[in-house]
Amino acid sequence: MNAFLNWIEQRIPMMRVANMHAIQYPAPRNMNFWYVFGFLATIVLVNQIVTGIWLTMNFNPTSEGAFFSVEYIMREVDFGWIIRYMHSTGASAFFIVVYAHMFRGMIYGSYQKPRELLWVFGMFIYLALMAEAFMGYVLPWGQMSYWGAQVIVSLFGAIPVIGPDLVIWIQGDYVISGATLNRFFALHVIALPLVIVILVFLHIIALHEVGSNNPDGVAIKHKKGSLPESEKTKYQIHEYYTSKYDIADDVVPFFPHIVLKDLVAFSVFLFVFCYIMFFAPEMGGKFLEHPNFEIANPLKTPEHIFPVWYFTPFYAILKAVPNKLMGVLAMFGAIAVLFALPWVDRGRVKSWRYRCGLHKVNLLVFAVVFVFLGYLGGTPQENWKIIASQVATVLYFGFFVALFLYSKNENTKPVPARIPK
Amino acid sequence: MSNVSVDAKDSALNAPQQDNTRRRFLTVATSVVGAVGVAGAAVPFVTSWNPSAKAKAAGADIEVDISAIEPGQLIRVMWRSKPVWIVRRTPEVLEELATHEDQLRDPNSEAEQQPAFAQNRYRSMKDEYLILVGICTHLGCSPQYQKDGAFEEAVEGVPNGFFCPCHGSKFDMAGRVFQGVPAPLNLVVPPYQYVNDTTVIIGSEAEAV
Repeated sequence: MNAFLNWIEQRIPMMRVANMHAIQYPAPRNMNFWYVFGFLATIVLVNQIVTGIWLTMNFNPTSEGAFFSVEYIMREVDFGWIIRYMHSTGASAFFIVVYAHMFRGMIYGSYQKPRELLWVFGMFIYLALMAEAFMGYVLPWGQMSYWGAQVIVSLFGAIPVIGPDLVIWIQGDYVISGATLNRFFALHVIALPLVIVILVFLHIIALHEVGSNNPDGVAIKHKKGSLPESEKTKYQIHEYYTSKYDIADDVVPFFPHIVLKDLVAFSVFLFVFCYIMFFAPEMGGKFLEHPNFEIANPLKTPEHIFPVWYFTPFYAILKAVPNKLMGVLAMFGAIAVLFALPWVDRGRVKSWRYRCGLHKVNLLVFAVVFVFLGYLGGTPQENWKIIASQVATVLYFGFFVALFLYSKNENTKPVPARIPK
Repeated sequence: MSNVSVDAKDSALNAPQQDNTRRRFLTVATSVVGAVGVAGAAVPFVTSWNPSAKAKAAGADIEVDISAIEPGQLIRVMWRSKPVWIVRRTPEVLEELATHEDQLRDPNSEAEQQPAFAQNRYRSMKDEYLILVGICTHLGCSPQYQKDGAFEEAVEGVPNGFFCPCHGSKFDMAGRVFQGVPAPLNLVVPPYQYVNDTTVIIGSEAEAV
């Protein structure tokens, strides 16, 4: 057996990669529950790919057939309903864990030097995920699929000069039609999943190069030769890391310590996921919207058009601005400014545990404003909501402005040299 | 062995004395030709996203018989898979159009949202018949026709108009947009021509006479 494994190892470095990236990867020992969402996101990604492949086997990507093939999957394919609900609930679950994962990065300063690129790759994953989710939502070809696509594709029409032609090019027709559905299908099942998988790979490679952050924002890798033998970790850590740095005894190997922690989180996640999947797959019209149970009709706009819940914060920003081009710019700006976060924050202290009180307030206000914008964008238009969404939009961007201003000369607490016992 | 590497180093040091112009030219020329090739190869992939011949054919002109439309009635026809409205406006509705022009964004239809023949208060060729593409200029929803006072709820003092349920844009009975709504422009008037009193062709204009 050993000889066989050696034979393989000499030809492809299976064990070396497993040791370096999992079994002997140094993980800070103070990682708390906020650190499980990256793992959960990976699990959901696998779920989406597997259930997606199975859905493709019965889905018909034409304007005549799409809606009925989804009904066919739900009613006539053995266990088709469970596969579809795993996929649709998975889409919402993906955004829940990704939003939690991003907020974790924000409170513990995981985007700061030297993890800027790690954050940027993560943002690209988020962007690709939004495109993937949007196109996936068009495929069942219900009323909300159709009119949601109409609204989103029209956003590109706001671009000066090339806008109208660009919209026709994206649609492949003068309106959203079967041609649009078919190309969104191709992008949804082949192009974007490939992009997302590659980006996830780059995200993990970048993470392992710079190392995991932790709730105290304290470095676990120290300059070679700076730690006495007694303070170095007793665990076996891969030499890729130990040859370049002294690894403090603040770490545990990723396997089994972190993996077991992640598995506990996974089992809790499964309880929630299965409850929703079996008892509330539509989530009261939030995960699967009611107008989508009616086939797409280009001549009849539903009374209220909302995107699915995970886009509603940005939709509220779009609606808050009374000018079309400015609204579109504000909406894309709200995403673009997140890309710039590593450079907007000029602070040196990572975790909010050691940063000024204003920073904690700023982060909490940002989180509340984001949820509030989501509420505003996902409920019918009323007069007070226009003002409210304008105020919330200002507060959203205000987070970044305030952060940029106070982070330069911030009154921080002393950061311990080592992870506190 | 060491002698060889010293020799290699020497020749590397001597390199600047060599004439690299030819090498640089070849590198640049190859890169440029390669880039042109890549751009050329991208053409079919990019242009295949344009509407197909079939979609273009479906976008051809349509002929509509308007003789049966009652005063005040709106009929919808499909042109290029878009809803096109034909409304027969009553004289009262036509008079209304002059009363609220101070509340409009573009009362004189200065933005090019219509063929030249429709750049007037009624935005039509024949005052009686309003022909519009029924898609909101904000984000492409289809506004609702609210008549006989129903529109008063949206704009006080204006009994007839179009109200977009998606984001609350409002248009008058010539498809002109009101101020303070998300839609930036008046509704689009498609090109059309009358072949006789009761038949209109939507999709093209008569040749200039």
